[in-house]
Amino acid sequence: MSDPFLKPSRRALMRGTAAFAAAGAIGSPLVLREARAQAAFNWKRFSGTTIDVLLVKNPRSEMFQAAEKEFTELTGIKVSSEQVPEQQQRQKAVIEFASGKPSFDVSGISLHVQKRMAAKGKWFEDLNPYIKDASLTSPDFAFEDFGAGPVAYARQADGALDTLPFFVDYWMVYYNKELFDAKGVAFPKTMEEMFTAAQKLHDPAKGVAGFVSRGLKNANVPVWSCLMLGQGMEATSAAGKLQTDTPEAIWAADLYRKLNKETGPVGSVGFNWNECQTTFMQGRAAMWLDGIGFATPLEDPSKSRIVGKVGYGVTPPGPKAHHAGMFGDGIGISRGSQKKQAAWLYIQHMTNKAQQLAMLKAGAGAPARSSAYLDTATIQASKFGKQYFDCLLASAKIARAALPQIVPVTEFRDVFGVALTNMIGGSDVAAELKKATEAFAPVLAKSEQG
Amino acid sequence: MTTTTLPVERTEPAQPAPFVHSADFTPRYWLFAAPAVLVVGTVIVFPWLFTLYMSGHDWKIGGGPEFVGLQNFAELFRDARFIESMGHTLYFTVLAVVLPILFGTAAALVFHREFPFRGLLRTVFVMPMMATPVAVALVWTMMFHPQLGVLNYLLSLLGIGPQAWVYSPDTVIPTLILVEVWHWTPLVMLIVLGGLAGLPREPYESALIDGANDWHMFRHITLPLVWPFIMVAIVIRTIDALKAFDTIFVITQGGPGTASETLNIFLYLQAFQFYKIGYASAVVVIFFVIVIMLSLLLLYARQKSKWNA
Repeated sequence: MSDPFLKPSRRALMRGTAAFAAAGAIGSPLVLREARAQAAFNWKRFSGTTIDVLLVKNPRSEMFQAAEKEFTELTGIKVSSEQVPEQQQRQKAVIEFASGKPSFDVSGISLHVQKRMAAKGKWFEDLNPYIKDASLTSPDFAFEDFGAGPVAYARQADGALDTLPFFVDYWMVYYNKELFDAKGVAFPKTMEEMFTAAQKLHDPAKGVAGFVSRGLKNANVPVWSCLMLGQGMEATSAAGKLQTDTPEAIWAADLYRKLNKETGPVGSVGFNWNECQTTFMQGRAAMWLDGIGFATPLEDPSKSRIVGKVGYGVTPPGPKAHHAGMFGDGIGISRGSQKKQAAWLYIQHMTNKAQQLAMLKAGAGAPARSSAYLDTATIQASKFGKQYFDCLLASAKIARAALPQIVPVTEFRDVFGVALTNMIGGSDVAAELKKATEAFAPVLAKSEQG
Repeated sequence: MTTTTLPVERTEPAQPAPFVHSADFTPRYWLFAAPAVLVVGTVIVFPWLFTLYMSGHDWKIGGGPEFVGLQNFAELFRDARFIESMGHTLYFTVLAVVLPILFGTAAALVFHREFPFRGLLRTVFVMPMMATPVAVALVWTMMFHPQLGVLNYLLSLLGIGPQAWVYSPDTVIPTLILVEVWHWTPLVMLIVLGGLAGLPREPYESALIDGANDWHMFRHITLPLVWPFIMVAIVIRTIDALKAFDTIFVITQGGPGTASETLNIFLYLQAFQFYKIGYASAVVVIFFVIVIMLSLLLLYARQKSKWNA
């Protein structure tokens, strides 16, 4: 998963600009050809069909629902969609897919949690044949526009692309520039420096923590696994073996413990992302390691006290490697659906270039399409500023899956989450990881049977 | 002349015929019982038998069941988290019953007396009970925030340092009890207040003539007479505390770590997060046995507490 996702190098930008200028200069034959192809594509072939869609409740699903009217006007296909809170949506998906006859034709999934489960349970259609079928795929869909990283993340081990990635989340470091400047501290260049910087910035008397991150079990595991990427190691090896009690894993867990126990706020052991966000945006923490998707509320004057003071830093390199933890969502067609082709039209429309650009503009998340990041007008007009986009693009280049691609991801997060919580409470790091590894190993082995 | 007095035939007033329990299984009556049998069978008996069946299988959603006998039960009793969750359930239940009973009874005694604005204050007092548990939990979660919560702010006004509340393994269950007490003390108050309203006046008049003070009257008249109502409150609170899930899940999700993981949270994780249906069913069976035993004990205690017992 170390492939760079986006490569918006200067050369690529120039190439794009030159192509655009050339197209305009010679009477836009390319545009005309695409327009003719577009006109030839029959969006109306499934007119009158109604499809059901299961979505997770979040800003991206709001955008999908807002685009339904336009989609119906374009295709004549009616959409019946529902947004369900994340945890409940996952349960609903598991139960309905297991029944073999899900009530929905399209479903979104969290790749970092459900990818392997979806493959094992044969939840979705392989989208490769659909993408290759010119009669079903609009010429302007441009699959090659999807970043190599997100596509590789969504692709199953057997090569099947059962979901189309449409959103990626890179873990990075939010930092409070005002607090850093006040103490003359520079943004850390390494993971170890992150701890020394946090120590300098930690000021309990003023109610300021040097660092904040998730301490609540389950939610805290990505923090540790992102630090472990700094050792060039994931929680499982390529062969699927647990690497969670190795010296590298212990190093990452010890750093996690130090950051949270010695420089974290009181009670961080029970913090999920929302408590971290609240603490950081009230100016009570100098650094926060989490997903880049949380930038919107930090820059909202009605919620945040640190508008304009937020720095966006790439996760610093570890002793052996430099990666940004990657998470993401995909959308696919239920294998049990009777309206697969109409469902494919829906997916095309909801993940087209305009939708993905709109997602970036709205601050609803990082889109999977590369073209969204080449829209300089959007970047210049954004409330997030250049540093945000620099961080986003730099993180994309070093992105790597931060959670193991196994079936029992939730149980993995639970077992190791408890161990991490215990560490903040003072338990021995190596002993906790050893205990958790021994407890989880049989669960993992069993999940791969049958 | 002798007169013969004929015995007067006396007619006794008609007495209702004594009820004789007759088990008439004539098929013509089956139709009347069928709806009830159908509902009970479908809604209660079948789910229980199916749960029992599942508890004997290794069954994950998406896969087929594999019979494992009593293995799930054996594993449960080796599972440190399950044992720990039983301890948390017991700890939580005892506090979540005892404290609202004490405070609710005290509040009922207060509100039983006449004083200005009694009606208004009683209405205010019962308001927490009307709130939705999830909404209550969300509000308390914000109040417990160690840095930004109002509770630590109030403590700071008194010169007391910030507390971790639900964000520390040591204080999480007592803090959750605080929410339970706030939420459910009014229910106990209402039940006990209902009991107090129906008490006879004569024993108190006799006691006053005999020179009893307030404490004596409470200890020897009020408490014994109102005890059956307190028992009802104990039964209701015990059932509520045992099945407590929403408040705990919203506020702590069983954390920090597993510090507030009760049986219900453990069960939820096994069934709906890890999708181990067989294992979770075994938890349900054990939980059912515990609840039945406790219910029988409480019903026995309630029976003994009746005035005519």
